[in-house]
Amino acid sequence: MPFGLLKYGLSRRYPAKKHFGTPGDLKSSYDVVIIGGGGHGLAAAYYLAKEHGIRKIAVLEKAYLAGGNTARNTAVIRSNYLTEEGVTFYRESLKLFRDLSNEFDYNIMYSQRGQLTLAHTDAAVRSFRWRAEVNKHLGVQSELIGIDDILKLVPNLNVSADARYPILAGLWHADGATARHDAVAWGYAKGAAERGVEIHQLTEVTDIVSSGGRVTGVETNRGSVSCDVVLQAVAGASSLLAKKAGFRLPIVSYPLQAMVTQPLKPFINPHVSSTQLHCYVHQTARGEVVIGGGSDPYPLYSTRSTLDLKESLLGHAAEMFPFLAQVRLLRQWAGITDMTPDYSPIMGVSPLENYYLDAGWGTWGFKAIPICGKLMAQCIAERSAPALMQPFALSRFDRLEQVNEMGATAASH
Amino acid sequence: MKLMPCPLNGLRNISEFICAGELKDMPLTTVDKTVDDKAWADYLFNQDNAAGIVREWWCHSATSYWFIAERHTVTDEIIRTYPADEIYKQRVDFTPPPVPE
Ligand SMILES: Cc1cc2nc3c(=O)[nH]c(=O)nc-3n(C[C@H](O)[C@H](O)[C@H](O)COP(=O)(O)OP(=O)(O)OC[C@H]3O[C@@H](n4cnc5c(N)ncnc54)[C@H](O)[C@@H]3O)c2cc1C
Repeated sequence: MPFGLLKYGLSRRYPAKKHFGTPGDLKSSYDVVIIGGGGHGLAAAYYLAKEHGIRKIAVLEKAYLAGGNTARNTAVIRSNYLTEEGVTFYRESLKLFRDLSNEFDYNIMYSQRGQLTLAHTDAAVRSFRWRAEVNKHLGVQSELIGIDDILKLVPNLNVSADARYPILAGLWHADGATARHDAVAWGYAKGAAERGVEIHQLTEVTDIVSSGGRVTGVETNRGSVSCDVVLQAVAGASSLLAKKAGFRLPIVSYPLQAMVTQPLKPFINPHVSSTQLHCYVHQTARGEVVIGGGSDPYPLYSTRSTLDLKESLLGHAAEMFPFLAQVRLLRQWAGITDMTPDYSPIMGVSPLENYYLDAGWGTWGFKAIPICGKLMAQCIAERSAPALMQPFALSRFDRLEQVNEMGATAASH
Repeated sequence: MKLMPCPLNGLRNISEFICAGELKDMPLTTVDKTVDDKAWADYLFNQDNAAGIVREWWCHSATSYWFIAERHTVTDEIIRTYPADEIYKQRVDFTPPPVPE
């Protein structure tokens, strides 16, 4: 191995393989056009090609591959939601995540370190009990733990009774994990491209063409394309694309900000989150402390950062881990998150025939990439929604059958 | 901090306000007798969520004062704020239609 390295160090040719090529001009027609080259669009393309033999697929991405929310999220993966529909759905995603590196033959750095949510009020303790029972019933590892056990998991957490909001209990979710977010997207892109999927970057969909209530194609900055089916998977631009397709969605778009500190020696193993403080913290494999929290207070399509949000978030992070106050920030950024009123996604058919939606992923859709891609692919290939995704149909709002996950998403990850 | 020009209280920190969503016409049984669940769901849930100039309800929490703001959702500029009676000049009649005997 060292000799190999030395050889490549001295040679002009770098041995790394390109994961996928540049597909050249757009064809005039495809079986499936996927709008949005983030984790969701790429996963759907991958499973369509791999499991359903549909290969005339174009993924159209207006910027660079997976540079949207897939690149901006804090990579928290968990299934400790509250509703039966939610828990079952995310549980299946975690199962797929665990085997993804093998499936891709590409390391997504999946790391199951557990996730701890803190309760600072009696109401939160009650809701944790409820979540723990629903989770256990559905085969997800969740339990309510006290301060002693919290300290065993996170010895340097500030559990002082003098804190502004003293910690009362925790919801420990041993299934919680994290992964390299870019690698998830690249793994799907590589696997899709190997099976003939064309990934077109710098290709923006500017209009949706339909006739007689059916979508027939899309207009792009590189010309028009006709197709049998369109899948919209554009995260923070769902309402804008839906408008081009001729309908409105139950979505409001808010910026979500996050940041990382300079790298430190490892000191927190699990992911630690507080719904009361609207703040969560975990440490990446290279030692940076990731800090995230709630969305911005009013709707916006701008990924600017604000000092207000940084100040309040850091204040809360420093309450959890006081020594973080001495540490410097390295990077900070924002993404646009499409929030639904019930904090659940929208998957499946839309008012326009053959135009499918993969939307409303708000602040929590990274963890859903594998299962959502798999189910959307099945939905498109078989023209019928698999049972696991049916509760998340757009029509649930007309039926007033929302899937309320607000409590389980309050810390926005 | 970003400032919001409140028609009642003048320039205040935007953290003192709540954004309560875009202005919409409520389905009224006094106008249309056939308002069904679907029409209500559309009113409650569906949004324009536009990228550009929007017209929204805002409330100054400390004084419970409700007003209308026009702002740009891409540039984050507040264009104009004004009292609600600039748009709503008449009392809305919520009286439900008589129930048939
Ligand atoms: C700060 C932050 C932290 C988060 N933390 C977590 C977390 O810890 N755990 C979790 O599960 N989720 C988290 N999320 C949410 C998660 O990032 C998203 O739900 C998920 O990445 C959505 O994936 P996607 O593929 O749908 O979207 P994206 O990755 O955003 O992909 C959509 C793509 O569509 C493209 N697009 C848009 N319009 C057009 C057009 N007209 N034509 C062509 N292409 C277009 C965009 O350029 C973009 O690349 C977080 C989000 C943010 C912003």
